[in-house]
Amino acid sequence: MGKGARRSDAVLVVVAALVALPFVPLVLWAFAGEWRFPDLLPTAWSLRGMSHLFEPGGGVLGAAFNSLVIGAATAAASVAVGLPAGMAIGGYEWRFKGVVVFFILLPILVPPLASTMGVHVTFIRLGLADTLPGVFLVHLVPTVPYTALILAGVFAERTGELEEAARTLGASPWQAFMRVTLPGVLPGVAVAGLFAFLISWGQYVLTLLIGGGNVVTLPMLLFSAASGNDPVITSALALAFALPAILTLVLALRVLKPGQRTNLIGPGKV
Amino acid sequence: MGGRLKIALLLAPAVGVIGVLFAGGLGVAFVQSLGYMPAIGLTEPGLDAYRQVLADEDFLDSLFLTLYVSGVSTGLSTVLAVLAALALRRSGGRVSAVVFQLPITIPHLVAAVGIALVVAQTGLGARLAAGLGLIGEPRDFPALLYDKYSVGIILTYVWKEVPFIALVVLASLRGVASELEDVARTLGAGAWQRFWYVVFPVISPSVVAASLLVFAFTFGAFEVPYLLGKSYPTMLPVMAYDEYREIDLAARPAAMAINVLIAFITGTVAALYLRLARDLGRRG
Repeated sequence: MGKGARRSDAVLVVVAALVALPFVPLVLWAFAGEWRFPDLLPTAWSLRGMSHLFEPGGGVLGAAFNSLVIGAATAAASVAVGLPAGMAIGGYEWRFKGVVVFFILLPILVPPLASTMGVHVTFIRLGLADTLPGVFLVHLVPTVPYTALILAGVFAERTGELEEAARTLGASPWQAFMRVTLPGVLPGVAVAGLFAFLISWGQYVLTLLIGGGNVVTLPMLLFSAASGNDPVITSALALAFALPAILTLVLALRVLKPGQRTNLIGPGKV
Repeated sequence: MGGRLKIALLLAPAVGVIGVLFAGGLGVAFVQSLGYMPAIGLTEPGLDAYRQVLADEDFLDSLFLTLYVSGVSTGLSTVLAVLAALALRRSGGRVSAVVFQLPITIPHLVAAVGIALVVAQTGLGARLAAGLGLIGEPRDFPALLYDKYSVGIILTYVWKEVPFIALVVLASLRGVASELEDVARTLGAGAWQRFWYVVFPVISPSVVAASLLVFAFTFGAFEVPYLLGKSYPTMLPVMAYDEYREIDLAARPAAMAINVLIAFITGTVAALYLRLARDLGRRG
């Protein structure tokens, strides 16, 4: 057993190194002043990449702000929409549940490229294309399935005994919901909101299609930098883009108990 | 009766959002793929766009490339994930959870940029090779970006998806597998026998389910091939996007036909996944 554990630890070190590998050039380049081929490390360091991020009028702060606003609005709306759905799916038994769950899951399983191109014409007609509210609306498509599912899991674990007790003691259904149910599901709501924020923050193609280049978010800047030829700026932007994901991960791991629902984030939806 | 109304009201917002923005959009895309767009004078629905797309060599090249990239990415990710999960199941849950969660949480674009800076001809790998005296010039290093074999795209997907599948495998290994394995060991089964007759049957349904999900995702994803793919042939989602961006609106039905075909293929894979997941849920 001891030998197996040691081998397991060795494998863990290798896996951790492979996971960290893409971040090595990102961090080195972000602070590089000069790094010519074939030097293994930069020969000079600089804060050019970092100062580009905070340059007033450089566009990065504005793009980060857009990403933040859209992400926060998407998270709030997705939770508001996903909470009642999660309650219905997780808390009650009813007919055709499988069909409805399949329907809500669809945007996770089928890439939303086709549907977004489909709604584009209507968005143009309604004046939503090329606007922040329009981008916010399409970001609901990949996020609502996740908040609904996460919250369905949360409600499925509740027995309803506490609510029953509250009702027996004279609480109205609304009071029981506000005073008992809501506080009980609050950690789940926080996790769902964080995941929704993260998914919205990571969106590129939906923003590109509906925002039409007028709504500039962080991934837009990262993409054009990555298509260009300045690895310092590209890496600085990539780190800035990855930062909330890392912070959110740390937070989510603190809220979630170990081993609980760790596989809820599908493949690369974020 | 009141109960049913309550359920309907609870579901209405989510079903409404997905119904309008997703199903509605998909419906419009389908109608446009049939060549029905009154706004530009197309009022005779038909299957012309599909005929045109399916006979188009560019489309077939894209389809094969897409099948190749998502097939290889899924296959590699699955094998590596099972191996990693089997090797890691006895180590501390907390550490491996963090190590595995990181790539899942990091956006694809960041992963693609990082991988590109590792495998480019002036990247970390090439510098190491030069340091070891294996190559002299950057161009001596094999081209792994914008290349024929889509190595950069596949590596990015493998980096992103191995942890996802591995977490699924770890979760299913935590169940009955270890107890059954101990029984098999007591009965004198070797390591390979224990894997093949005990562990594999236990984990294979969830492994297949997770792989289907990865296949559907990599088949329909846009960012990574748009950034790291070569200009011809492109993967299907990139091709659909390029056609959509055509200024000539007459190209629109073809763009939508490609999209509908992508949705159909990923939808079929997704239906298989859901069937498996449901059976798993029933069993477990």
